[in-house]
Amino acid sequence: MSSAEHAEGGDAHDDHAHNEYSDSQARVLALETLLAAKGLIDPTAIAAIIQAYETKIGPHNGARIVARAWQDAAFAEWLKTDASAAIASTGLGELKGTRTRAVFNTENLHNLVVCTLCSCYPWALLGLPPEWYKAPAYRARAVIDPRAVLLEFGLELPQTTKIRVWDSTAELRYLVVPERPLGSEGMTEDELMRLVSRDSMIGAGVATFPASSK
Amino acid sequence: MTGVHDLGGQPGFGSVSPYENSAPFSAEWEKRVLGLILCASWPGFWTLDEFRHALESIDPATYLSVTYFERWLMGLEALLDRHGVLKVGPEAPINKLIAEMPGEAILRSDQVDTGLAAGPSEHPHVSQPRFSAGDRARTKAFTSSGHTRLPAYARGKTGIIESVQGFYTFPDDNAHHRGANPQWLYTVVFDWRTLWGSETDERLTTSIDAWESYLDAE
Repeated sequence: MSSAEHAEGGDAHDDHAHNEYSDSQARVLALETLLAAKGLIDPTAIAAIIQAYETKIGPHNGARIVARAWQDAAFAEWLKTDASAAIASTGLGELKGTRTRAVFNTENLHNLVVCTLCSCYPWALLGLPPEWYKAPAYRARAVIDPRAVLLEFGLELPQTTKIRVWDSTAELRYLVVPERPLGSEGMTEDELMRLVSRDSMIGAGVATFPASSK
Repeated sequence: MTGVHDLGGQPGFGSVSPYENSAPFSAEWEKRVLGLILCASWPGFWTLDEFRHALESIDPATYLSVTYFERWLMGLEALLDRHGVLKVGPEAPINKLIAEMPGEAILRSDQVDTGLAAGPSEHPHVSQPRFSAGDRARTKAFTSSGHTRLPAYARGKTGIIESVQGFYTFPDDNAHHRGANPQWLYTVVFDWRTLWGSETDERLTTSIDAWESYLDAE
């Protein structure tokens, strides 16, 4: 309700006060309706996009790549040298244009990915980024104080561990390959996938057994 | 551009709170914004780089006070307005343009899976890279109101070229309708002292991906 309407006052506007849409919701609906009427968008494609990110594209894709790399040394080597091609061979990932690079954690090196300028993230492998990845605190601090940021994720690395921060400033998408947890020998690819969290593939965590299974 | 979005190293934003902010969306309507923007961007009236610049151009106080997808919605509104897409009436040239677009210019639901897997910006190269892995290079120092992907904290700094990554659309031009003008892209690694001053920690390094014209030989 505008201030002019307020000034006129009166109960005649009461029905407006119960509008069920927030300002942003109303704007999205209005734009969607207008652009569909103009023939610029197909609303069924919007639904298909939402469904794709809710059901098909998510961290399980990246976890599959990591688990395969743990199981298959040749695949791991391919992933290290040409991640885009190695990932494409599994039917996952970006098909063209944007290159993916896999960076491997070791006993002495921990990789952490950030996009300080916006929110660049390997959507095809991890789905949509979490709120914290897009928020100012992470974007500001990951490059200047990564050890403290990792502590906020509950990850305390030995002081001797080197940390490499990758600022995703271009159309290269980074996938962190965490270290394979001790005790996972003999597990199948599907079992290994369950040890690979989304945050571990950003570098904001490590691969580990779920709390209930260890 | 030099602006509020360029957050690397900025103080005062508090802790990351990963557990409270673990989901991709903070409200249901944000999913609609995501889909709407991907669809509306498909015909190519604007580039991804121009979209990023539209977000960077939101006034700083608003940028920091609204949610991520509210920024996307504001960016979309700015682009629709700039490109005349919201104009109404049969005389609006954009309507004729849209009406005459071939069917494949619109993202259809059966194209979504392949559309979501298509990256936008690597090209076959037409020149040789100026730098090789191991070279030292210094980033340019500048301020800009246009789009750029060289973060402020890494301007005027000397680093080591770690790898040559490919030949990519140059966003500083592509955001402003000056063409893709692809350039070589390099991963450049900086040590802690170079970026953040005298407090040095040899165990910490940061890299950016930098287009060739951001770099001078050292």
